[in-house]
Amino acid sequence: MAVTLTEKAATHIKNYIAKRGKGVGLRLGVRTSGCSGMAYTLEFADEFNDTDSQFESFGVKVLVDPKSLVYLEGTELDFVREGLNEGFKFNNPNVKSSCGCGESVGF
Amino acid sequence: MALLQIAEPGMSTAPHQHRLAVGIDLGTTNSLVATVRSGMSVVLHDENGRGLLPSVVRYHEDGSTDVGYSAQAMQSRDPHNTIVSVKRFMGRGLRDLPDAGSMPYQFVDAPGMVQLKTVAGVKSPVEVSADILKVLRDRAEKALGGDLVGAVITVPAYFDDAQRQATKDAARLAGLNVLRLLNEPTAAAVAYGLDNAAEGVYAVYDLGGGTFDISILRLSKGVFEVLATNGDSALGGDDFDHRIYCWILEQAKLSGVKPQDTRLLLTRAREAKEDLTFRPEVRITAVLGAGEMVDLTLTSETFTDITSSLVNKTLAPTRKALRDAGLEPEDVKGVVMVGGATRMPQIQHAVGQFFRQEPLNNLDPDKVVALGAAIQANVLAGNRSDDDWLLLDVIPLSLGLETMGGLVEKVIPRNSTIPVARAQEFTTYKDGQTAMSIHVVQGERELVSDCRSLAKFELRGIPPMVAGGARIRVTFQVDADGLLSVSAREKSSGVEASIVVKPSYGLSDDEITRMLLTSQENAKADMAARALREQQVEAGRLIEAIEAALNENGDSLLSATERAEIDEGMAVLRRTLEGANHQLIKDQIEKLNHISEMFAGRRMDQSVQKALTGHKLEELEI
Repeated sequence: MAVTLTEKAATHIKNYIAKRGKGVGLRLGVRTSGCSGMAYTLEFADEFNDTDSQFESFGVKVLVDPKSLVYLEGTELDFVREGLNEGFKFNNPNVKSSCGCGESVGF
Repeated sequence: MALLQIAEPGMSTAPHQHRLAVGIDLGTTNSLVATVRSGMSVVLHDENGRGLLPSVVRYHEDGSTDVGYSAQAMQSRDPHNTIVSVKRFMGRGLRDLPDAGSMPYQFVDAPGMVQLKTVAGVKSPVEVSADILKVLRDRAEKALGGDLVGAVITVPAYFDDAQRQATKDAARLAGLNVLRLLNEPTAAAVAYGLDNAAEGVYAVYDLGGGTFDISILRLSKGVFEVLATNGDSALGGDDFDHRIYCWILEQAKLSGVKPQDTRLLLTRAREAKEDLTFRPEVRITAVLGAGEMVDLTLTSETFTDITSSLVNKTLAPTRKALRDAGLEPEDVKGVVMVGGATRMPQIQHAVGQFFRQEPLNNLDPDKVVALGAAIQANVLAGNRSDDDWLLLDVIPLSLGLETMGGLVEKVIPRNSTIPVARAQEFTTYKDGQTAMSIHVVQGERELVSDCRSLAKFELRGIPPMVAGGARIRVTFQVDADGLLSVSAREKSSGVEASIVVKPSYGLSDDEITRMLLTSQENAKADMAARALREQQVEAGRLIEAIEAALNENGDSLLSATERAEIDEGMAVLRRTLEGANHQLIKDQIEKLNHISEMFAGRRMDQSVQKALTGHKLEELEI
C-alpha cells in the first residue's frame, strides 16, 4: 500500500518547494502527542534517510519513515479550502478515532 | 477538521500549538495582512477575494463602524465621519498638519495628538487605526483557524518615537500582540532579498499613499543592514491626487467647493491617476452638488508636468540618503520599488534615470511590504530553524544628553543599528551635589537649544562628595522598535532613576530634515560655540574650586601677597568670561592654574601630614 497525494496537493507542494528554493520532497509522519494519542507531521524534506520509504505522486517525492508507515499506509494527502482557510488534509483509512480538531488521531 | 501546513524539517508543532503569526502593512491608503503558509508568504484575502483593505473607517451614530471598501464608498456622502489616511495624524499635533484646513474633518486639538470629531464621539488616530487593525486581525484568525500569537506591523522608516508608540498603542487596542515594529523598506527588502536571494547594496524607493521613504540597504548572506534612511512623511500618492484635484478646480473654474464635492473630485482624481498608468489620456467627468458639470481630458504629459515638482521632491532625500551611506548612485546594485504610487510611469522613469538602471518591480508594489513583514513574523514566532537570520535597522537622529553649559553629549550617534545600548559615565559638577538632572535630547547640533528635547528626569540621593567624585553611569537603550529608555545609576550608592521616553507627540519629518540640514550648515559655528562653552564651564569649575579652598584654609596657608595674586587671577578670568574668545579664556585658566599651583601643593602637603600624624607605618597601606 502506498502513500499518495491528490493532484491538487501535489501542485501546491511543487509550488511551495520551488518558492522555498530547496528540498527533495515532502516528509509525512506521525508522532506521539496530542489528545487522541498520535499527531501528524508534515514537513519539507531536505534529505533522504536510508530507512525511508519513498513514494511518488504527480512528480512529488513523498518520504515516510518506517515507524510512521504502519500508521500511514493507504493515506491520501489532499489540499482543501474551507472558508478563508486552506491547507492539507490526511485521508487515512487506518484511523479509528480523532479528536474534534482532527489534528491528533487514534489508531 | 483542522487543515495542516507544511513545516520546516524538524519544526512541526504539537497539535493546538500552532504559532500563527502575521505581518501587517498598516498603510495610509490601504492596509494588508499576510502570513507564511507552508513556507510561502501570502496576502490573506477577505470573503470577496480582495487582498487590500482601504484604510478608511466610517463611524455611525450608534457607535458601529464600517471599515474598508464599504466605508470608502460612502466617503463622498459622509465626509465628516469617514476617516481616510488616518496614518497621517498618528502621533501628530494640529500644528503639524499644515493642510488641515483643506481636509473635511472637524479636528480637536488635544495635547499630544490631534483628535477627530465624529457622530460616534471624538476619536483619536490611535482608535481609528485600531479599528482597521481589528478587521485585519479578524480576517487573519478566520483564515488561519486560530488565535494569533502576534503580528509584525510595519511603519515608515522615518516615523519618530511618538509615531511608533502610537502605532503600538493602536495594535494593543486591537488586541494584537506586537512582535515587532518593522520599517517598511526593510520589510520590502526581506520580501525581495529572500525571494530572489540577491546580495549587494540596494535602494528601496517607497512612495505610498501618504509617505515617502528611501532606504539604502546592504544585503549579504541573508543579513539585512540598513545603511541609511531618509524621506518625507508628508508626501505620497495622495499629493498626486491633490495636484489633479487642483488642476480640475483651475480648469473648470470652480471655487468654494463643498466637502462632498471635494471628496468626489478627489476620488475622480485618484481614478484618473491610476488610469494614466495604462493610457495616454483620460476623461474626467463629475456632477457636483449644485449641478455644475465637470468634463475634462487629462493627458499623461500634462499629468507629468503638474507633478514634476512632487517627483523631484522625492529625489532630494534620495541623494541625502546615499550621501549618508557614503555611496554614489553607481554603487547601488538594484532599486526596489514599493507602494502603489510607484506604478506611475513618470516615477519609474525618474528613478530609473537617477540610478541609471531599470528599477526592480517584479513583486506587487502594494503587497511587498506585507509579504516581508509576514516572513519576519514567521521567524519571530519561532517557525524557522535558521536563527542566524537577522534584521538591522538604524536610528534617524543622534541621541544624547545635556551637559554643563548647555552642551550636547551624544551617546548614540545617528545611523547606529538598533537594538542598541550605550553607556557613558558622568560626574558631579559641584561639591556636595546630591541630585543630577538628566535631559535627553535628539539631534545633530552641539548646543541643547538647537536640538529637540525628548525627556527630563532627575537622579536624586547621590551621596555628598567632592565635585567629580560621584560616578554616574547613564545608559541609553533603543529597543528593536526604535523606542528609547534611559537610566542613570550612581555607582557607589547604587541609587538609580530611569525613564522610558514617550516623547511629546508631534515632531514632523520636515523638522528632522531641517535639523539635519542646519547641523551641517552650522557645523563651524557649532564647533566654536562648543569650544567657548567648554572653556566657560572649565573656568567656572576652577573658580569655584579655588574659592572653596580659600575659604577652607586660604588664611592659614597663604601670605597676604600670595592671596592677593590669586584673587587678582580670578578677577581677570571672570572678566575674560564676559567675552566670547575661547582661546583667551583658556589662556587665563592656565595662568590661574599656574598662580594657584603652590597653594594646591601646600594644601596637599597639609592633608598628607594630617593623614599620617599619629599613625604607625605598618597601619598605612602603601
